Amino acid sequence: MSTATIDVHEAPAGSHVNYLNARYGVKSWLLTTDHKRIALLYLVSITLMFFVGGTFAVLMRLHLIEPQGALVQPETYNKLFTMHGVIMVFFFLVPSIPATLGNFLVPMMIGARDLAFPRLNLLSWYIYVIGAIFTLYAVISGGVDTGWTFYTPYSSSFAHTQVIPTAIGVFITGFSSILTGLNFVVTIHKMRAPGLTWFRLPLFIWAIYATSIIFILGTPVIAITLFLLGLERLLHIGIFDPAIGGDPILFQHLFWFYSHPAVYIMILPGMGVMSELVTCFSRKRIFGYSFVAFSSLSIAIISFLVWGHHMFVTGQSIYAGLIFSVLSFMVAIPSAVKVFNWTATLYKGSISYDAPMLYALGFIGLFTMGGLTGLFLASLATDVHLNGTYFIVAHFHYIMVGGAVMAYLGGIHFWWPKITGRLYPDGWARFAALVIFVGFNLTFFPQFMLGYLGMPRRYAVYPSEFQVLNVMSSAGASILGIGYLIPLIYLTWSMRYGPAAGPNPWGAKGLEWTTPSPPPTENFEEIPVVTEEAYDYANTTVTRG
Amino acid sequence: MTVHTAHPPGFAHQFEDMEQQREAGSLGMWVFLLTEIMFFGGLFASYIIYRALYLPAFEIGSHLLEVKFGALNTAVLILSSLTMALAIHSAQVGKRRAQVGFLIATMILGAAFLAIKFTFEWHHDYVEHLVPGFGFIIRPEWGAAGQHVPMFFCFYFFMTGLHAMHMIIGIGLLTVLTVMAHRGRFTPEYYAPLEVSGLYWHFVDIIWIFLFPLLYLIGGRYIGGGH
Amino acid sequence: MIGALQFGQDFLSAVIQAPQLRPEAASSIAEGVDHLYFALTFITLFFTFVIFSTILFFMVKYRRRAENERPPDTEEHLGLELTWTIIPALICAGLFLWASSLYFENSRPPSASTEIFVIGKQWMWHIQHPEGVREINELHVPVGVPVKLTMTSEDVIHDFYIPAFRVKKDVIPGRYSSLWFQATKVGTYHLFCAQYCGADHAEMLGWVYVMSPADYEAWLAGGTPSQSMQQSGELIFNKLGCASCHLSEGTGRGPSLVGVYGKEETLKNGDKRLVDEAFIRQAIVNPNSVVLTKYPAIMPTFQGQLNEEQVLQLVAYVKSLASEERKTEGK
Repeated sequence: MSTATIDVHEAPAGSHVNYLNARYGVKSWLLTTDHKRIALLYLVSITLMFFVGGTFAVLMRLHLIEPQGALVQPETYNKLFTMHGVIMVFFFLVPSIPATLGNFLVPMMIGARDLAFPRLNLLSWYIYVIGAIFTLYAVISGGVDTGWTFYTPYSSSFAHTQVIPTAIGVFITGFSSILTGLNFVVTIHKMRAPGLTWFRLPLFIWAIYATSIIFILGTPVIAITLFLLGLERLLHIGIFDPAIGGDPILFQHLFWFYSHPAVYIMILPGMGVMSELVTCFSRKRIFGYSFVAFSSLSIAIISFLVWGHHMFVTGQSIYAGLIFSVLSFMVAIPSAVKVFNWTATLYKGSISYDAPMLYALGFIGLFTMGGLTGLFLASLATDVHLNGTYFIVAHFHYIMVGGAVMAYLGGIHFWWPKITGRLYPDGWARFAALVIFVGFNLTFFPQFMLGYLGMPRRYAVYPSEFQVLNVMSSAGASILGIGYLIPLIYLTWSMRYGPAAGPNPWGAKGLEWTTPSPPPTENFEEIPVVTEEAYDYANTTVTRG
Repeated sequence: MTVHTAHPPGFAHQFEDMEQQREAGSLGMWVFLLTEIMFFGGLFASYIIYRALYLPAFEIGSHLLEVKFGALNTAVLILSSLTMALAIHSAQVGKRRAQVGFLIATMILGAAFLAIKFTFEWHHDYVEHLVPGFGFIIRPEWGAAGQHVPMFFCFYFFMTGLHAMHMIIGIGLLTVLTVMAHRGRFTPEYYAPLEVSGLYWHFVDIIWIFLFPLLYLIGGRYIGGGH
Repeated sequence: MIGALQFGQDFLSAVIQAPQLRPEAASSIAEGVDHLYFALTFITLFFTFVIFSTILFFMVKYRRRAENERPPDTEEHLGLELTWTIIPALICAGLFLWASSLYFENSRPPSASTEIFVIGKQWMWHIQHPEGVREINELHVPVGVPVKLTMTSEDVIHDFYIPAFRVKKDVIPGRYSSLWFQATKVGTYHLFCAQYCGADHAEMLGWVYVMSPADYEAWLAGGTPSQSMQQSGELIFNKLGCASCHLSEGTGRGPSLVGVYGKEETLKNGDKRLVDEAFIRQAIVNPNSVVLTKYPAIMPTFQGQLNEEQVLQLVAYVKSLASEERKTEGK
């Protein structure tokens, strides 16, 4: 094991030729095949969709401060929660980390010059944008009110809203995921630098790989499902409408066959980011590398076997319920293993409190809580009481927002200097992390209680005894909204006014940190040869620079 | 500084060498075909479920399809897979004219498949009022099962239509490949695009080999029509 | 433990108007479900607390004191890995077994249940008692008696949810679903629709009135005199001509329906089916899917001519055509 001190150069921002300034002009961006530029294209479009979806959430919570509704008509409220769900799930959470951080980092972390199929990568982005345009068209031309789950026969035979444009938008965007997943799988298999064996890979790569498996196997099924839904709505054949011989529960099976693995698409990359943050900011090798790596794969595989837990009260047989329940308990175990491993990594480390680490620590705690509340739902007897209530809403928001979004923000902050060549103001970043943490808990913890008390979800109005908890939740949502605006402001500010970043401001291990910030278009002058294990902090001195 | 050696034509610079590029292309196509299997698979699963629920109606529908055209199309496609394989072989041994010839033969066979399907089958079905949404007529001789026969045809047109769309894309690919082959772009050292497109073509063929029995053959039409 | 919690909550509500933490528990299964719920809550809060506090502790104890600090290398510890894999697995296994056995018990209605019928439609609940009384958005039931609800929807998927009883079941068009409960406390409880069903989903509310058996009988007898479901069903049976084929002697074009409920019949395609409510419904709306051996497929469908309430009335009538032997068996 060599003991090398890595040299650190401090250069004025952007003074070297890098991927940002190599070529100018709109065409050089819209026709780029550079994975780093494509990552930024995704960053812009995904951020836009996040704030559209987030606006709907704010409107919903403002509406719910009064039992009879404070803001909109029930029909409008129904559209708000539907569009919030569709946009957040399909246009924010699913692509967020893979398409931005994944696209930027996968080649760099494995010592490659680009992904295997750069033009396909660009095509993925265009497909995402076209899908988003269809869905935004649906939003502005009247909206859709079926719930993001599109349950039949309401969506196939009763809704009078823009179901088909929305379904088309989601259908199209699905192909963006499929092609991205394909690109990642081939790249990781075939383009690793010499010496970079599978078990020397950063765990972020393992997480992206596992996510890509789900992209590839699951997304085509939702595509077919939405296509069948569209056909049913247009032609009334009787696929899902029982009045003409169809089976509405078949729709649910087809829908959840993708949509359950989809939630693991949303969390696995965040778990990958966690491994990177926890190791860097405690300056330690991850505890239990192979356990964490294999847990990502086992989560991906088991995730395909549990979809029925969304359907425990549809009248499925008790035995089907038992099988899905036991598998749902099983899928929790690899996640628990990861949480323990991250915590153990901190032991005897050298821990710093930079903003990315604060996001990481928030993630670990909130994901633990969100994941454990999943056990209430895997348990058949309690799920009967809790299904369809705010408990479910709280559970998935703890994981998606308390988990995935915090991991996303942590990763954005962590790799921001590498991506932009700029540092952001860390004081503001830590403050925002705290505001988000507080706002988040105030928003969603009361919802667990509401659910247990019996308040169903997707309710535009509610009995007055639920008001206190609703008002608490709405207050939290306002704080959370402000919390999300703060990074938008200072990160944008930093792109122009932030101090220049050196190649490795955090003193992190990883091939991406051996390049200048921002990196040159071809990533590496010479493809590196890897001789050490991942996160080898103990044997190499890496200082901040 | 990277040492810039002369690279063969078609080399993409994100790769280190042609070998890596070839392997990546091949793996990429296999992964893509895996997604296609899941795509068609969802459709096949729905077809099988409804077939089990409405067996009499699906048998009536199936019997209304003409096996002779389905069988002819099957033969056409299998033959086209042969010509595709021969095109690749020709490239492997450096025969440019044979490459082009076999590629064109594959395209002609693919077009023949589509012509047979669209004119003899689909158009015929349209004229016979068997296209859901386009003047479908439920015939009294179908009896009580008649109300679900449109669902069979819905699946029939969706499944064969999706397959046909993949064929059209395949023919488009082949057109591009034929032009490239004519220009001598493929040599024994570099014929990866042919190989990868060959995989795609064979896959489309295999999908048909599942469609044909599922749609045309099962349903005891040759064993007294019962179940 | 629950008692302590309940006391604590009552105290808090009395003193500081704190929002309620636990819904009323008014059915025979509610306490059992709550025990499991509280165990899960304890496990969740415990592990969250353990993780958060361990993290905080490590963050403080191992905070970076100098920029050039080099912590010792991480040591592998297979024993620790296995421990924290196996212990969660055991906890999960325990929870699964507890929850599943509870679910098993809660899913099987006792055989002597009072039956009530529910039809969900956008955006109201139609409740039909066998004695003929109908209610809208209200369900009166006697306390201390098992009640089985047989439910269907006229349009989209709804969900019948009584939080105080801890019961919920989707109400699906085209099929019957059922749930059962035994109320343990007289009182008034919320009824919600818990599956999004369109514009007024949030208004599809109701009340469940649990009454003493005497009050319930009085209430049943009270309202406007009406026919029982069975009687209404008999009227429909005759009016629509069912009686002309389904002669009770079995000599008609269709099979006799006397004693058919609860029997196992063989279909033309060889399948064996139990004649329950769902089967009878299917025979009415889609007769050609359940043709019996030895009978021609000539029964017309009545889909579109009958709403779900009328179908349930016909089902009640057919059920009542018990043969003498089955009547004495007492089903």
